[in-house]
Amino acid sequence: MENIEKIIKQYKEKEIDLIQVLHNIQNDFNYLPQDVLIHLSKALHIPLSRIYSIATFYAAFSLVPRGKHLCTVCMGTACHVRGAPAVLSRIEELLGIKPGETTTDNNFTLETVNCLGACALAPIVVIDGEYHGQTTVNKVDKLLEKYVRKEEKTKGI
Amino acid sequence: MSGRKKKPKGFRLDLLVCAGTGCVSNRSFIVKDALEKEIVKRGLQDEVRVIATGCQGFCERGPIVIAQPDEIFYQRVTEKDVPYLVEEHLIKGRPAKKLMYVPEKEAIPIPRMSDIGFFKHQRLIVLRNRGRLDPENIEEYIAFDGYEALQKVLTSMTPEQVIEEIKKSGLRGRGGAGFLTGLKWELCRAAEGHPKYIICNGDEGDPGAFMDRSVLEADPHSVIEGMLIGAYAIGAQKGFIYVRKEYPLAVKRVQHALKQASEYGLLGEDILGTGFNFFIEVVQGAGAFVCGEETALMAAIEGRVGRPRTRPPYPVEKGLWGKPTNINNVETWANVPIIILRGADWFSSIGTENSKGTKIFSLVGKINNTGLVEVPMGITLRQIIYDIGGGIPYNKKFKAVQTGGPSGGCIPEKYLDLPIDYESLTEVGSMMGSGGMIVMDEDTCMVDVARYFLNFTQQESCGKCVPCRLGTKQMVEILNRIVDGNGKDGDLELLESIGQNVKLASLCGLGQTAPNPVLTTIKYFKEEYIAHINEKKCPALVCKALISYVIDPELCTGCVACAKNCPTMAITGEPKKVYKIDQSKCIKCGICLSVCPPKFGAVKKVTPAI
Repeated sequence: MENIEKIIKQYKEKEIDLIQVLHNIQNDFNYLPQDVLIHLSKALHIPLSRIYSIATFYAAFSLVPRGKHLCTVCMGTACHVRGAPAVLSRIEELLGIKPGETTTDNNFTLETVNCLGACALAPIVVIDGEYHGQTTVNKVDKLLEKYVRKEEKTKGI
Repeated sequence: MSGRKKKPKGFRLDLLVCAGTGCVSNRSFIVKDALEKEIVKRGLQDEVRVIATGCQGFCERGPIVIAQPDEIFYQRVTEKDVPYLVEEHLIKGRPAKKLMYVPEKEAIPIPRMSDIGFFKHQRLIVLRNRGRLDPENIEEYIAFDGYEALQKVLTSMTPEQVIEEIKKSGLRGRGGAGFLTGLKWELCRAAEGHPKYIICNGDEGDPGAFMDRSVLEADPHSVIEGMLIGAYAIGAQKGFIYVRKEYPLAVKRVQHALKQASEYGLLGEDILGTGFNFFIEVVQGAGAFVCGEETALMAAIEGRVGRPRTRPPYPVEKGLWGKPTNINNVETWANVPIIILRGADWFSSIGTENSKGTKIFSLVGKINNTGLVEVPMGITLRQIIYDIGGGIPYNKKFKAVQTGGPSGGCIPEKYLDLPIDYESLTEVGSMMGSGGMIVMDEDTCMVDVARYFLNFTQQESCGKCVPCRLGTKQMVEILNRIVDGNGKDGDLELLESIGQNVKLASLCGLGQTAPNPVLTTIKYFKEEYIAHINEKKCPALVCKALISYVIDPELCTGCVACAKNCPTMAITGEPKKVYKIDQSKCIKCGICLSVCPPKFGAVKKVTPAI
């Protein structure tokens, strides 16, 4: 909560705008929690509807908690013509979720992005900020397995 | 400012390691660290320097290392190659052959960068500093004449003279629409209202385009200097650089560059002691394609939902917070300093009658040399795709090239010799756009591509105006049913009719251009649509509903690779005997095809579906 007060202060002093406020909150919580947004609305005297409208308009914001690992599949044109749709459907199948959803064990959130601008590496899958280029339906299995194993290791399984 | 120039002395050799997003993703920083360690190990640290540079453009071959002064080009360098590279090039003094570039279908490596086809035909103006300087070191930019143009305008030119020079150069907006930059500046200067703002549009949303990312990463100061010159000419004191969130490295480099420029007295109050004040702020996008549209972008900077509004009034009259605002994109700003330094006559000597200078294209898709290329306006598509791009991989046949992103169109083979400029691309139904150039081969389904783009614009439509919101939705639904094998007679006519209406009636550029990919593919590749609708066939074997995977009994040797990897266990048989795919279980994921050893090539796609 300390951080939220800092963010509110920054907004009041016009150092940052509302979009940046939401960016900062999402950085802290990994999503935009409802109670925080309600608190924000009261503290900043901004209608909750306006905050909601921004939070749902921009793709960067999420109103639901996201998983520990963020798996982003690039769906840019270069990736598309080089087979990204097949890669995405393989990942959907392996994780059992669609883009925008999180696995029930809260391990993975699957997202798509319009273009990462690294088209030479197409098709690209990014996991936790790490870029994996020239992915294929076969490579995806091993790639996800690596992160699942990492997860198990940290849990001591 | 010549007294500031500092050419590095004392080092006999520089190793330039590419640190653009492409190479970084291929672990170029690990290569850089390994090089530094190896150099110390060999006691060469006083003779050889390792520098992380911006994007070299030839992303396909990353990580790239260039040895200067001989400009020897090393490609796909890994950590393991480092001892070999240091031993050969630095100790023995001979180029490390194994790491050199060998063109497709040839055997002899090409050592020098400027002899490689990919680089040979380019003309670098905006990307003049690419890969030759450390983007995080302002002194290097200054050493290459950086901020000299700024000094020139502040000390020897009036704002009107600056505008006149830019107008005379013929520079047009590189964001896509191609409005004359100098004229825009003049309008903004003449507009009533105070304060005035300038914006650098770095919301490069077109999928398959990454030139702005590269410029911001490789040479952020050229953009800042361009904005400073523009601000002086227009009379603005505050500027914004709007960068997409998806470009974290670009954001970092720009912020760093702004900090350095302020420390050097090149940004802030009383710049270079001339009394001129200018401040720049970075604003990060939040993932909305429509924010590349100027009125939507301004709404986003104001912290609101990025929905466009009608124009006029244009931003030069009523922009940010209702004040006169001049928006140009990254590439346009980066052109400015060099035009001032070398003169409008020099700049306008390059290019075609109505399109001056160069244009950066991102050459991607089914092409051998994926990367970023800067070429003079007027070059032909064929030169870009074959001489620079090295043609289509795997000896496949060229089908189309898509320019202009989701707003552009697909250009067929018959126009390959078309000289590229703003007008010629519009004439064939496409557009310059921000410069994405996606090459497609015989394995690309044009109906699928059209659906891809329309699906994209439909999802990114902000929903404010009806033609775009509902028109694109209807078009996507028709395209969906065509690729699903449920196309009907009259679908093409309906698509064309809705498409024309969406173009005419939409509020902003997004809707006005959204139907282009569909309309151009119907125009140039009608037979593919007809095959989908009438024969339920996908000639390129892409659309899932219209194809099946089968195993050719003549070619199958029973190696079990497909059956072992099939996720739904749809493939059955006995080892050493012919395998068979159960179509009722097959989900058409394509794994069997990709694992079938090429020497057998037994798994095949057929259309129509079985």
